[in-house]
Amino acid sequence: MNPFDLLGGLGRAVLAMLATFGQVALFAFNAISHIFRPPFYPREFIVALMNIGWLSLPVVGLTAIFTGGALALQIYAGGARFNAEAVVPQIVAIGMVRELGPVLVGLMIAARVTSSIAAEIATMKVTEQIDALVTLSTHPMKYLTAPRVLAALITVPVLVGIGDIIGIAGGYVVATQNLGFNAAAYLQNTVNFLEPHDVFSSLVKGAAFGLIAAIMGCYYGMNSGRGAQGVGRATKSSVESAAIMILAANFVLTGVFFSL
Amino acid sequence: MIRMENVHKAFGDNPVLQGMSLEIPKGTSMVIIGGSGTGKSVALKCVLGLIKPDSGMIYVDGKDAKKGDRDAFLARFGMLFQGAALFDSLPVWQNVAFRLLRGPLKRPPEYAREIAIEKLRRVGLKSDVADRFPSELSGGMQKRVGLARAIAAEPEIIFFDEPTTGLDPIMSGVINDLIREIVTEMGATAMTITHDMSSVRAIADNVAMLHGGVIQWTGPVGQMDASGDPYVEQFISGSAEGPIEAVR
Repeated sequence: MNPFDLLGGLGRAVLAMLATFGQVALFAFNAISHIFRPPFYPREFIVALMNIGWLSLPVVGLTAIFTGGALALQIYAGGARFNAEAVVPQIVAIGMVRELGPVLVGLMIAARVTSSIAAEIATMKVTEQIDALVTLSTHPMKYLTAPRVLAALITVPVLVGIGDIIGIAGGYVVATQNLGFNAAAYLQNTVNFLEPHDVFSSLVKGAAFGLIAAIMGCYYGMNSGRGAQGVGRATKSSVESAAIMILAANFVLTGVFFSL
Repeated sequence: MIRMENVHKAFGDNPVLQGMSLEIPKGTSMVIIGGSGTGKSVALKCVLGLIKPDSGMIYVDGKDAKKGDRDAFLARFGMLFQGAALFDSLPVWQNVAFRLLRGPLKRPPEYAREIAIEKLRRVGLKSDVADRFPSELSGGMQKRVGLARAIAAEPEIIFFDEPTTGLDPIMSGVINDLIREIVTEMGATAMTITHDMSSVRAIADNVAMLHGGVIQWTGPVGQMDASGDPYVEQFISGSAEGPIEAVR
């Protein structure tokens, strides 16, 4: 193979990636700006709040409780190697609140909400429902994107907070029922160890991940290709991109909050 | 009046419209015929601004369609989409009254519902359909709901994109008659695209044949059979022999 062809291919791939970044950034800016500009669609916003927030509670709760329980077991087993079993409440609390709670909730939201938004909007696109919206004098960014982005921005931090609490509760149940920890002492250690800064960082991460999840779903839905394959591709790409961006954003935010 | 002048549109290296020019006088019903993939829907979407032409001009009542208040421009139009394009998440009456429930034409919900039911009745659907969802309706009923939505705000201009595709001949006849009645009754300007010749004869005042990205022939529907245009003749006869290639 001609090395210039290889180089050319690489260059095209990099340019395409940069172009996509630019398009997503412009789309995000546009979507956020429509949140503040009338007309507003309260019904669509309430539906999005329900879909993104309320209906995600079971999956978030189950993910958090099992993760918290497993974390307690791991810390206990690992801590036993250097006689540090007693740190289970502190490490479960800090691990859930600072890191696992926001990341796992973010990834579950990417799986559940981003995919559903992308599939719904992409289907609307291929069945000309988005064209129909335009002919009915309704801006698709205002009607479809803004309510979902705002709902995710509000509900995902709440879900993260709930996930943090349920995760800590999972660790508490395992530690007190299986590992012989005193219930009152466990709770006391947890509360004493956590700082407001930890909780604040968790909620800010939640807001950032919610924004990413909703924007990626809307972006890929609005830009989907034709037919069933187009909808499938849009859904897959939205979840992949949202998951990667959530993990990357988590790294950056962790650096901002805890390395300074 | 709608006037398209030398409109070009290509998708990548695939030219679709290559200098299309067409005039639709006010209050008349124009039907554009042509084979699949010849750009009929693209032409219609260019007028509405859903697709931006690469070059050429489109005028509605003498005004450049690209300029002016976009909402006011779109408020003059109603459109029936090929697959009806009803919103799955909304019940039928909210689909029909979509424009009346939001935006500048907003009305109280009870009043909007009344209008929706009246329009549903106008297209031959009973009021009990109003609270059903689009997925609970047959293809023919969805088309009729789409038609009710297109006329709900009593637009001056109505576009029909393949109004009878996928319907049986009886339902096609019902939809064709409804379109003709509604257009005549409302005095609206209509632009229909189809390759169903029975629709052409039922709906059209004038016919335009689109092929190769340009209008090959246009004239009154009464002159269509004796047009002398080889494209129109081949299209009407459905023959594989002629200037339109059967394999495209």
